[in-house]
Amino acid sequence: MIHNRAFLKAFEFITFFMVLLALYAIFIYAPVEKSMGIVQKIFYLHVPSAFLAFFAFFITFIASILYLYKRNHQWDIIASSSAEIGVIFCTIVLITGPIWAKPIWNVWWTWDPRLTTTLILWFIYVAYLMLRGVAGENQRSNFSAVFGILGFVNVPITFLAIRLWRTIHPVVITGKGINISAPMKHTLLIAFVAFCLLFFWLLINRIRLEKTRIKAEEIKAFIEDKIHLGHEKQGG
Amino acid sequence: MPFIQKVWVMVWKDITSELRTKEMLLSMCLFSFLVLIIFNFAFDIGFKNLRESIPGILWVAFIFSGLMGLSRSFGVERDRGTLYGLLLCPISPWGIYLGKMIGTLIFMVIMEIFTLSIFTILYNINVIPFLLPLGLIIFLGTLGFATIGTIFSAMSATTKARDVMLSILVFPISVPIIIASVKATAMIFLGEPIQEIYSWLKILVAFDLVFLLLAYLTFGFIMEE
Repeated sequence: MIHNRAFLKAFEFITFFMVLLALYAIFIYAPVEKSMGIVQKIFYLHVPSAFLAFFAFFITFIASILYLYKRNHQWDIIASSSAEIGVIFCTIVLITGPIWAKPIWNVWWTWDPRLTTTLILWFIYVAYLMLRGVAGENQRSNFSAVFGILGFVNVPITFLAIRLWRTIHPVVITGKGINISAPMKHTLLIAFVAFCLLFFWLLINRIRLEKTRIKAEEIKAFIEDKIHLGHEKQGG
Repeated sequence: MPFIQKVWVMVWKDITSELRTKEMLLSMCLFSFLVLIIFNFAFDIGFKNLRESIPGILWVAFIFSGLMGLSRSFGVERDRGTLYGLLLCPISPWGIYLGKMIGTLIFMVIMEIFTLSIFTILYNINVIPFLLPLGLIIFLGTLGFATIGTIFSAMSATTKARDVMLSILVFPISVPIIIASVKATAMIFLGEPIQEIYSWLKILVAFDLVFLLLAYLTFGFIMEE
């Protein structure tokens, strides 16, 4: 499917259209929230990004298990591509969150379980990407698969630990969502679909890029081999 | 040879080589000693807020000097070129892991006993009344830290920028263990009821078991070349 050019073009077009529609919905269609004002619009970017960050890391987790089980390089490519995009979305979450929190909660940051877990999550997957950078060629896939599994299993444990840790302190933020009107709900839905499409578009292209890179390296090695052989023939 | 005996041979190998060089234990103890001193200057700790700061001081000292031990655990094998010898031993990767983990645990516990004694003297805090629960918490926390750390010690030993990589990998994953240990230690020093401390003890045991299981499932893949 990801090699079909017509499909990719159509997918790209739909994604582009949906992102434009989401921008329209967020900035023009959705009303300005009464008590929070214009800053509330960050919500439409923040929530889908948070969902997709977790979703991306979940894909990394599943693909890592499948890689160790099946030993197919395909899964390693999917795991690492998904982790990269997940880090981008996680970064968006961590940047938009404080921008919203400062006027609303009057602080940039609180050590609430959800916030802290997201931050730790970000650290884990940045470490994942760094590990891929420094590990040797023949160990990279195994190492990152193991780390991808450990990192994801660690997330609920961290959440639990932070939650138990803070039980004595008053909870500043309750889990209650914002009471939203129908246009806001529609906008959130549109933004959600747009971000999901954007995610898959990025993922497909990242996987294609990685495959192209591997192929280019193969070709390069092949050519170098030929040149080397040619020199030997000339020399001999 | 039964499995336990094989693991013990692994542990004994590390202890013997450490007894000959005394490099690691000495540097770990000195380092944690220095951390205690630096904390004294950094926070200007008086008698009023001392009790709240104890768990932080202790665990920072334990974890940072533990990290030194961890980076040497597999790093030394890599430097000496004995990693392949280790892999050729008639023992499963899980056995190698257990041997290395127990070795690190032993060194860390020795360092912790040393740190606690220095701490008692420098900060004038009598730890003897809390010794049993405190010792148990410190042991369980260290076990969890060594369990996670040994996996990443093996990983980072073969990568570039070994020491930096080790801390970047270990810290995010060991957050739950650190939280549980620090919290339980704080409760002991604040004189909380034993039941509450006991519930954190159970959590620590659960975390240790989860990470041991994960290590059991994944360590074989790390040792593949």
